[in-house]
Amino acid sequence: MPTVASFEVSYLQYLDENSQAVNDLPDFAKDTNLLTGLYKDMLFARTLDYRAMSLQRMGKMGTYPGTLGQEAVGVGSGSCLGDDDVLVPYYRGSNTMIQHGVKPHELLLYWGGDERGSDFKNPRVRQDFPIAVPIATQCLHAAGVATAMKARGQTGRAVLTEIGEGGTSEGEFYEALNVAGVWNLPLVCVINNNQWAISVPAEMQTACETFAQKGIAAGIESLQVDGNDVIAVKDAVGRAMEKARSGGGPTLIEAICYRLCDHTTADDASRYDDPEAREEAWAKEPLKRLGDYLVNLGAVTKKQLEEFEVEAKEAVEKEVEIYFDTILNNPQPVGAMFDYLYAELPEKTKAQREEVIARDLRAREGG
Amino acid sequence: MAIQILMPALSPTMEEGTLAKWLVKEGDVITSGDMLAEIETDKATMELEAVDEGIMGKILVPEGTENVAINTPIAVILEEGEDAGDIEDVAASPVTEATPAQEPEAAPAPAPATVAAPVIEILSDPDLPEGTTTQRLSVREALRDAMAEEMRRDGNVFLMGEEVAQYEGAYKVSQGLLAEFGDKRVIDTPITEYGFTGLGIGAAFAGLRPIIEFMTFNFAMQAIDHIVNSAAKTRYMSGGQISCPIVFRGPNGAAARVGAQHSQNYASWYSHVPGLKVIAPYTAADAKGLLKAAIRDDNPVVFLENELLYGEAFDVPDIEDYLLPIGKARVTRAGGDVTLVAYSIAVGVALEAAGLLAAEGIEAEVIDLRTIRPLDMETVIASVQKTNRCVMVEEGWPQSGVGAEISARLMTEAFDWLDAPVARVTNADVPMPYAANLEALALVSPEAVAKAAKAVCYRG
Repeated sequence: MPTVASFEVSYLQYLDENSQAVNDLPDFAKDTNLLTGLYKDMLFARTLDYRAMSLQRMGKMGTYPGTLGQEAVGVGSGSCLGDDDVLVPYYRGSNTMIQHGVKPHELLLYWGGDERGSDFKNPRVRQDFPIAVPIATQCLHAAGVATAMKARGQTGRAVLTEIGEGGTSEGEFYEALNVAGVWNLPLVCVINNNQWAISVPAEMQTACETFAQKGIAAGIESLQVDGNDVIAVKDAVGRAMEKARSGGGPTLIEAICYRLCDHTTADDASRYDDPEAREEAWAKEPLKRLGDYLVNLGAVTKKQLEEFEVEAKEAVEKEVEIYFDTILNNPQPVGAMFDYLYAELPEKTKAQREEVIARDLRAREGG
Repeated sequence: MAIQILMPALSPTMEEGTLAKWLVKEGDVITSGDMLAEIETDKATMELEAVDEGIMGKILVPEGTENVAINTPIAVILEEGEDAGDIEDVAASPVTEATPAQEPEAAPAPAPATVAAPVIEILSDPDLPEGTTTQRLSVREALRDAMAEEMRRDGNVFLMGEEVAQYEGAYKVSQGLLAEFGDKRVIDTPITEYGFTGLGIGAAFAGLRPIIEFMTFNFAMQAIDHIVNSAAKTRYMSGGQISCPIVFRGPNGAAARVGAQHSQNYASWYSHVPGLKVIAPYTAADAKGLLKAAIRDDNPVVFLENELLYGEAFDVPDIEDYLLPIGKARVTRAGGDVTLVAYSIAVGVALEAAGLLAAEGIEAEVIDLRTIRPLDMETVIASVQKTNRCVMVEEGWPQSGVGAEISARLMTEAFDWLDAPVARVTNADVPMPYAANLEALALVSPEAVAKAAKAVCYRG
């Protein structure tokens, strides 16, 4: 029988787990200042993540999905977003969002249960989407934004969306890729393959050798990258975004890393995770990978890395202060319960809004 | 005896068709299974097969004749031994008794002869300027005109769904749109309801104004997560940052003989959801005015049509840019004895019931809700304050239906005006039966409405 179709999936890595360059580095990676910046961004991400966990444990914030061990995927992808691009994030996309310009305290507000956290104030991200907690719905929204760009004849713009490897089992992941392929949409989808969908390991999620090859079925370019290597992530996503912006169509990128934290603050991974596998993963994690490379290169000293940590803690505390100031001194007014329900409130809702505001006022005056 | 061949109903909703071509001529020998003619309907071209054997005696309706009503005799076949002299003088008119005699014993008694064909008069919107002329349009044409007008007005409006472009809609609602607006704005999708719903919502988030057509709302169940969780909630959950100006439209409710999974009414499902607006018009004028308003609305709107109403013609005001307010019910028939509240196809049932009641001296006021969310209780309550009695007529299931909401609201907001408990007349509380006789029994009927109305009037 003749073969009518065949495929291969390439794997991209620049820094191996010993922080050795295994390929000719892309141009941007020859700029050590840029790499140091990426390191600091990943460090900020990790510091914010630890702080968010502690806020939840103190009862100061709601459920939060950590990004420990996945900093390179978010920071590397997010650093490829331009002013005119649109990010359609998933629930573990904090670092991508921050890279594009969402303020970290806005994310704390969001996870703290304040809708104003999704009303991004930075003009650069006004068109970015709020976090999608439902699994895989964001893929179709992203395809929709890409359709809108195409319908308006806008070139030079593209959409980035993200999903976990578990989310790729949802039908709509494929539905989105299928439409993106057949309509040649300016869309880049990054799979954050952190090996776990809550407690379900990647090998129980699919019989495919790679998650990337799911894109082959939709006829779109698909590849795998080392998700602990921020250079590889940035290079792959950057090229895919540029291809999308110039009319070259969609790309699917599977970034392989390891979820070093619980699924969320409501989960305990020690009940199902393999301690050995986790230890191995710690040896490959992205900060160590890039930090060692920069130190070996002589671009930064170990002492400087420690200073960066102090800086990151200070920067995170500033964001936490804004968060506390907002929820304590400027909480959501009661009318906000109705404010964003419709473009213009229906009469009955308006009446309910007025009633609750009056009741709140009476309670405060009485108290 | 010569056998009449009648214009066949080739689909559940067909009322008339074009006799495109005769494939036999007079004198031809016909055997069972022969192709006799090509019939064109609004949906398709189909061939008519011979059931009986014989000789084509006479062609009564020449090929090319348009608008031939179903059951019109179109030809006569002669049986063995007969000749042209045996052809009876058959009038080319519909044969009403040709419907299968499957009336079950338990079927409601036919209405008295005096009101057998009730003349349904529909009051027009009171706001129309004096001397407004009207044109007769089917609901199908009115919906198409609404979309075309809005697409001409705003380049951000586009139509997307299965079969909407090349095929012009599974129910031919998008006729002419591809030709006028091209394939960038009238878009055929892969078979992926969840897919094009989520994608449409994404496009709306990005500032376009999609009209998403579901071939039927039964298929939208695949996509209800996106309609409820993405479309209805994102403005709220983004603190007002992202709006979702989108219309989900398509036929809703029972058609005829399409079975349990294709006969469902989703009005109360969607009306349950804050963040959505839900519209279910009856007349062509309302379909036009409200669809235009829905397309311009900055919120997600679920626009529920009805397959059986697509072909029905109504007077549509000749007004440029005919827009109706979302959230306003209308008094469709004035009366002082009992209020009948309905929406979509059930308005026709209520109007027929009003005809039956009038013959017995009871004047019913019929209210067409038109919008299910936000619900115009003011109009309903104003009527109940006059009649003190209310019957909700709903072509759907009883539990948690729109009628349940109307009943509850009347009890809390108009309790002192009621002289009888609010009654609900709905479809039977079962999946729609496929069998024609059982389906007829499961659907809401004018007779059942009249009976309920008399009961709340303490008569009969």
